[in-house]
Amino acid sequence: MSEHESTYVPKTGVEKWLDTRLPIIRFGADYMSLPTPRNLNYWWTFGGILALCLMTQIVTGIVLAMHYTPNVDLAFASVERIMRDVNGGWLIRYVHANGASMFFIAVYLHMLRGLYYGSYKTPREMIWIIGCVIFFLMIATAFLGYVLPWGQMSFWGAEVITNLIGAVPLVGEPILIWLRGGPAIDNATLNRFFSLHYLLPFAILGCVVLHLWALHSAGQNNPVGILIPKDRAKKDTLPFHPYFTVKDGFAIILFLILFAVFVFYQPNALGHADNYIPANPLQTPAHIVPEWYMLPFYAILRAVPDKFGGVVAMFSAIGVLFVLPWLDTSKVRSMRYRPTMRTFFFIFLVVGVGLGWCGGQLPDAPVIPGMASFVLFDGEVNSYLWLTRLFTLYYFVFFLVILPFVGLKETPLPIPATISEPVLTGGDAVPAAAPASPEKKG
Amino acid sequence: MSFGKMSVSMSRLVASAVAALGLMTAAPALAEGGAAHPRSGGFSFDGPFGVYDQGQLQRGYKVYHEVCAACHSMNLMHYRNLGDRHGPFWNPKYPNPNDNPVVKALAKEIQVPDIDSETGEPIQRDATPADKFRAPYPNATAAAAGNGGAAPPDLSVMAKARHGGADYIYSLLSGYRTPPAGLQIRPGQHYNPYMQGDLTPFWTGDPDHVPEGGFIAMPPPLQNGQVTYDDGSPQTVDQYAKDVAAFIAWTSEPKMVERKQAGFGVIIFLLIFAGLTYASYRRIWKGVAH
Repeated sequence: MSEHESTYVPKTGVEKWLDTRLPIIRFGADYMSLPTPRNLNYWWTFGGILALCLMTQIVTGIVLAMHYTPNVDLAFASVERIMRDVNGGWLIRYVHANGASMFFIAVYLHMLRGLYYGSYKTPREMIWIIGCVIFFLMIATAFLGYVLPWGQMSFWGAEVITNLIGAVPLVGEPILIWLRGGPAIDNATLNRFFSLHYLLPFAILGCVVLHLWALHSAGQNNPVGILIPKDRAKKDTLPFHPYFTVKDGFAIILFLILFAVFVFYQPNALGHADNYIPANPLQTPAHIVPEWYMLPFYAILRAVPDKFGGVVAMFSAIGVLFVLPWLDTSKVRSMRYRPTMRTFFFIFLVVGVGLGWCGGQLPDAPVIPGMASFVLFDGEVNSYLWLTRLFTLYYFVFFLVILPFVGLKETPLPIPATISEPVLTGGDAVPAAAPASPEKKG
Repeated sequence: MSFGKMSVSMSRLVASAVAALGLMTAAPALAEGGAAHPRSGGFSFDGPFGVYDQGQLQRGYKVYHEVCAACHSMNLMHYRNLGDRHGPFWNPKYPNPNDNPVVKALAKEIQVPDIDSETGEPIQRDATPADKFRAPYPNATAAAAGNGGAAPPDLSVMAKARHGGADYIYSLLSGYRTPPAGLQIRPGQHYNPYMQGDLTPFWTGDPDHVPEGGFIAMPPPLQNGQVTYDDGSPQTVDQYAKDVAAFIAWTSEPKMVERKQAGFGVIIFLLIFAGLTYASYRRIWKGVAH
């Protein structure tokens, strides 16, 4: 769809001069007129929402960096000083802190949309893989950022996560020391984490450019999941602007309302109270828990009794996403037409939330209090340990067994020949061409 | 479930996002254990429109200054902050709190350590509004040595550093009680049902009914009549605990009132903006099948 003809005509002399030298206005104009499948639903608005999240994090982050002090003795107080003495500092910091959570809500929904509608299937594999890279960079960035206020959870979270690398045989220990900048987490660690926390968002931004490039090259998927034939392009697509700018815009504003509720009324609900206690290397908190968006992966880490095995499982949980396009054997993209797979998808959804739930619990705690059970290997069956293992098993079985197997065995529902078919009552209801100025129409 | 046809119910999408978020954020909180659920202090600043009660903040400062400050620092606070907007001694006549005569007088009563600019010798001088709250101990080691080995925590952001916030502080300070028979109290420790902990190793009674709560090194800090109020408020432990909890809530979130007021405007604006955008959406998509 990227090869759609440019309709931009430079009008003024300056525009003509610029267009032959750097056709940047043409680039923007072509973007705005990009033919977009007309049947995109609201699950497709998270791309725009995520772009907003990234820009919000970068802008607020740049301002915070002007006031933040990356030193173990000063970091905690400098963050509180931002909240107290910097003009509007409380707002900037709360937007940044809650913005991370909002970013992850949006990215999880965006990825689930891709999973449900098969957006990773040919010819869109690169879009998906770059998206996975972005997701991985987001996790890294969020982890690094959480360390910066130098509270108890910052410090001990960094301790737990960097220790994981130490579990890697042979090379783990030297890498751990290199990463921390010394034998323990200290000022050197905080300084490099600050530097990397500033660097990675721009790496994400670069990946977003590639993500969009790949998207516009392969064309957008849509809820029906079929490729739009060339001769149907006029009937089945609408220009991006104004149709999808207004739809994305509406979704973004609704998302901002949710965002604002947290920033202004529950700014600390998504964080952990212990992070308002300055970091103390001599005092371990009762429970070290990561931020909510890491909990599913933290649960998988703890599900494996062996430390290195846990690290492998956790990274595999993210790694498996990269090869998803080759694990799914079905030619049908949208799960709308794959009832069997759809059931497994919704179980996966429950399991994902369940893993997040388990990640916040003590592994030994009973799932159903008071219920008698027996010890299986290393723990009670009625414990979060075994529930986590059950969920972890499904997580991997879903990707490694169910997706390849169901794709080969299932009988999908009949797929419409065009995306207009399920949308329109009759062929003649389609406007011959999408009106460029809809405001004059209606 | 018609996952595919979501264009009709954006609200359902937002609702499910909120629900998923609620589920996940509840998880870390549930991992806490052992302590009694804090009692509500019925604070004026509860809820989305709640603001600080200036009289209560003034009383709370008095309790902090006369009782808590003997052991606890508040290193993020300066005397000038007492005259900040929505603070205990805010006076619109003095937009710069350094000029506020009440704040100046309060600071002047206190001696703070300094270095003599002529001789370089350490001296004590009257505090000014620009000074930090005087810390009771010169350093953390001295604080620990003076308190049986555990330094009393800094109270600046205490309401944000504990689950339950001001309610927790109020409950803890007013919640000391006689330990249940069968609980072995460790020396230098005190029983408090609102303190986090696990009393199982110290409990000799019915193992299925281990008392809730934990041990705290701080002895009951408040007694009835200990601090004199001049506004007629009851001079009771319960009232002192409430007032000082409110004061610590303010030191923890001095911009809370600004935040809530700004939020109200922002959300009203966004709702109107959402309405207008939805109307534009309907107009643009009118007659366009999708």
